[in-house]
Amino acid sequence: MARVLMKGNEVIAEAALKAGCRYFFGYPITPQSGIPEYMSVHLPERGGCFLQAESELAAINMVMGCAASGKQVMTSSSGPGISLMSEGFSFLAACEVPAVIVDVMRGGPGLGSLLSTQGDYFQVTCGGGHGDYHLMVLAPATLQEAVDMIQSAWDLAFRYRNPVMVLADAFMAQTMESVEIPEREADLGDVSSWALGKRPERGGKRSVLKSICLNTSQMEELNRRLQAKYRIMQKEAAAETVEMGNARLAIAAFGTPGRISETAVRKLRDKGYRVGLIRPKTLYPFPVQVFSELPDSVRYILSVEMNSGQMVRDIRAVAGKGIQVNHMGHAGCTIPSSGEIASRCMEILDEMGGAEP
Amino acid sequence: MKEVKVYSRPSIWIDGVHTHYCPGCGHGIMHRILCEVLEELDIADETIGIAPVGCAAMMYNYLDLDFIESPHGRAPAIATGLKRANPDRTVFTYQGDGDLASIGMAEIIHAANRGEKITVIFINNAIYGMTGGQMAPTTMPDQVTTTSVKGRDPEKCGYPVRICELLSALRTPAYIARVSLADPHYIRKAKEVLAKALKCQMDGKGFSLVEVLSNCPTNWKMSPVEAFRWQEETMIPYYPLGVYKDFQQRMGEE
Repeated sequence: MARVLMKGNEVIAEAALKAGCRYFFGYPITPQSGIPEYMSVHLPERGGCFLQAESELAAINMVMGCAASGKQVMTSSSGPGISLMSEGFSFLAACEVPAVIVDVMRGGPGLGSLLSTQGDYFQVTCGGGHGDYHLMVLAPATLQEAVDMIQSAWDLAFRYRNPVMVLADAFMAQTMESVEIPEREADLGDVSSWALGKRPERGGKRSVLKSICLNTSQMEELNRRLQAKYRIMQKEAAAETVEMGNARLAIAAFGTPGRISETAVRKLRDKGYRVGLIRPKTLYPFPVQVFSELPDSVRYILSVEMNSGQMVRDIRAVAGKGIQVNHMGHAGCTIPSSGEIASRCMEILDEMGGAEP
Repeated sequence: MKEVKVYSRPSIWIDGVHTHYCPGCGHGIMHRILCEVLEELDIADETIGIAPVGCAAMMYNYLDLDFIESPHGRAPAIATGLKRANPDRTVFTYQGDGDLASIGMAEIIHAANRGEKITVIFINNAIYGMTGGQMAPTTMPDQVTTTSVKGRDPEKCGYPVRICELLSALRTPAYIARVSLADPHYIRKAKEVLAKALKCQMDGKGFSLVEVLSNCPTNWKMSPVEAFRWQEETMIPYYPLGVYKDFQQRMGEE
């Protein structure tokens, strides 16, 4: 397959189109506007529908209406827009409507900055909106991985009838990289049992997608059903590990810092430092097992994040006793270099002492 | 003597269910009209309803149709997504005055202005019903509510929003009309207008909205009979009934 050199936003949009996405509802916001712009040109060409909504609030509800009829639909946004959409995420999760959302993270809080951070980790992994629910959250580190994740996102969304978030960042969205974007038909399964507008296919039986539960047993039942689903979803948890054999220090990083940390690990290993990398590819479900079953050699986990320390809390909750867990990172939209990460690792290893580096 | 059946429940009405609406409330009447029109147009199987946040949130308990529940005010956006993906289906929203004219003002204006081929049934009873009688954007001047205990003061809260007039200022919408449920004559008219709005959607003419003046005796603190009178004397003069926009006359208009 031919490799193409494309900008991140366009890669995301084209990967979605090649996976069969035919509906997109969105609103302009930097740094993701390239996605709706690309969709506005290429969706109609492929017989689909692009619509610029009046707000992110409207966009996510258009997504909900479209997805409620079993269609393959997507939206994308960034920080402030994701906050507005969060009302809709809660309803999508409660009504068990599958949809794909891309968050291209920018600086925050507030209006923040247009550059790259990972400040939305808490928001997206904890749900973002009201109530007891979760999005499934996929975190690509390269544009090729973004292609793979976008293209598998509808499989997951329809398998679990749950919204799936692909968490990118401004750096990824604005970078050009060479990628392969295959044609790949998403596996939506049979939607006729629940999708609106398919009454004849159900033999005349209607479908009602709702979340109001005015009696306590109904409310309990909805939450039990969702929690049971989230437990099954845990098997989708995934992480990549690099050079973890005999590592004393493990870097944990997702997305862009995950990619940069891999370079740092290679540099350090060349110098003989016992450093490895754990790169979560799913943030919800969090890859608990890889952190709770570390090699005995690991004494320290350094969570490298472009924020003030968010994923580090999830790691602390699952890391074994006697393992120190700390955060390294900045929240001002500067991207840590591999040299900076490597220096911090060397400091830590020096402080830990011992004969070996 | 031959017996002639002159009255029966519409087939869309779910067998044996009774509504939770208060005595004198207009929702029951409007639900029935909707059932009758869908039945007469023979489109029940292909119709999708969007239930609001408000007293009618659970209207799918009474009407045997495909339904989705909307977050407060967002029904026109949900309808947009549904209709764009399913142009051969009939899609309606059913919204109250808090839902449509307050929290959902952005969604309704833009859906109307895009000319979404949907039908909006807008129930205006000049108060928040489900939350217990607070002031709505359509609450009348001097009307007492739990958040305007001395009566709505237009100096502080402005005058009630007239949705039909507001949306008629837009060029795109195809059909906009206001009806009332205050007496049998009005109810017959309301049914005609709703049928026309749905036909407008089926014929692909564009966006249609029917504003329905309705009663909320419980929160107005009136008997049903007093409520009908109050609607007639107070609401109808401020909210004139009639067709505000009609695609059939559009050619002459432009």
